[in-house]
Amino acid sequence: MACTVCNEKIDAYVDGELPPAEASVLAGHLRISAACAADALDRVRLKRSIAVAGKRYQPSTQFRERVAQSIATQPEPAKSGWHWRILAVPALVVLLISVGVNTYAKRDSARRERVYSELADLHVAALAATSPVDVVSSDRHTVKPWFQGKLPFTFNLPELQGTDYTLIGGRMTYFRQTAGAQLIYQVRKHLISVFIFQDRDLDTASLRPGPLTALSFHTETWMQDDLRYFVVGDAGDNDIEALSKLLRDAK
Amino acid sequence: MAGFIPRKIFAGRGNKTRGTTVYSREVPDQRLPAVAFEEQALPLFDQLFNFARWLTHDTAEAEDLVQETYAKALRGFGSFQPGTNFRAWMYRILRNSFLSSRTGMNTLISLDNEEHEAAAADLSTPESVMIADAGREMIRQALADLPVPFREILLLCEVEEMSYQEIAETMNIPVGTVMSRLFRARKALRELLRSRLPAVDR
Repeated sequence: MACTVCNEKIDAYVDGELPPAEASVLAGHLRISAACAADALDRVRLKRSIAVAGKRYQPSTQFRERVAQSIATQPEPAKSGWHWRILAVPALVVLLISVGVNTYAKRDSARRERVYSELADLHVAALAATSPVDVVSSDRHTVKPWFQGKLPFTFNLPELQGTDYTLIGGRMTYFRQTAGAQLIYQVRKHLISVFIFQDRDLDTASLRPGPLTALSFHTETWMQDDLRYFVVGDAGDNDIEALSKLLRDAK
Repeated sequence: MAGFIPRKIFAGRGNKTRGTTVYSREVPDQRLPAVAFEEQALPLFDQLFNFARWLTHDTAEAEDLVQETYAKALRGFGSFQPGTNFRAWMYRILRNSFLSSRTGMNTLISLDNEEHEAAAADLSTPESVMIADAGREMIRQALADLPVPFREILLLCEVEEMSYQEIAETMNIPVGTVMSRLFRARKALRELLRSRLPAVDR
């Protein structure tokens, strides 16, 4: 059933596109009509759901770099007949662009170091705590359910039988105002943290995996089912990589 | 009653004009240098890729489309009017490149009588509440299944938070058509979601 006041205007109203005078009239109507207000609320909620669901795909780092380089290395065509300009203009453009690309790469690298440093801090702080984990268990079927009701997402943990890894337990963690799961695994004498966050809350789109040279921690990161995984520990590259593979393949 | 509608939704819209000026600031030199292009174009990279991927349903095609967009935009940057909307200009190039591709041409459908439809307010029902709360995966699937003209306008409005005017510039259609097409797109999405929701007591 249509409402004669809201008719034709409700979408523009929730989109914030109604002129102020009309928006004011409609807002007044919504204050007295519970049914129309509920309809407007449904529309706002659907808008939000689409906004969240629509932010789905991220370009790979390699592709980003390829395009950045392709637009950075194309010289502008010389418009004058001067010989020196024919040579100088492209050279200048290449110079400017290489400075730009360099700055971009440095910024990217600094950002990456910062993220991993923060995660390394979280890893070390957890190990230094009196109780490194909030739920102590080597059973994935105990640790995973412990996060129910604490996090707005869930994840799979791997079966470790027949591997060198042991699950020590899990704890809640917070990274850049985002709640996430921290799982601690052991391989031989080394402890490794696995962090899991909802990626939409983090600005981590361009992160690449790799060792943290400054702090000697080895790291790995990837996206899976809209979740961002980080593996951080002082174990060797091979150990970090093998644990990451187990997590990626977990059912 | 209306007080519960979050104000930031409306405030966000109001900021759009300011938001777009970031991408459309004037560059003093008439021969706009490649560096200025890079400064304005690279921040749009992730969102252009997301949009391209939604249009093409294929990562490799989306990458080709984004690369083509940047190449065309760089070549045509000299003709870009400083002070106009750079973001809409980039999206327009991407969209036109898509529509002229083989995949894009196969997605064209006829949208008749667009000027004559307008949004009518329906009363909220348990079903409409469930639609509004549909899970992310369900919404993604429904978005993916919509015809391209509906999918793209919903993405531009809800995900990119473009104003009607900006969408009109991007899609090269009048603002009135933006409104009616948005209405039809939302209706189509709701119907798709409704058909996929578990039955509710009415």
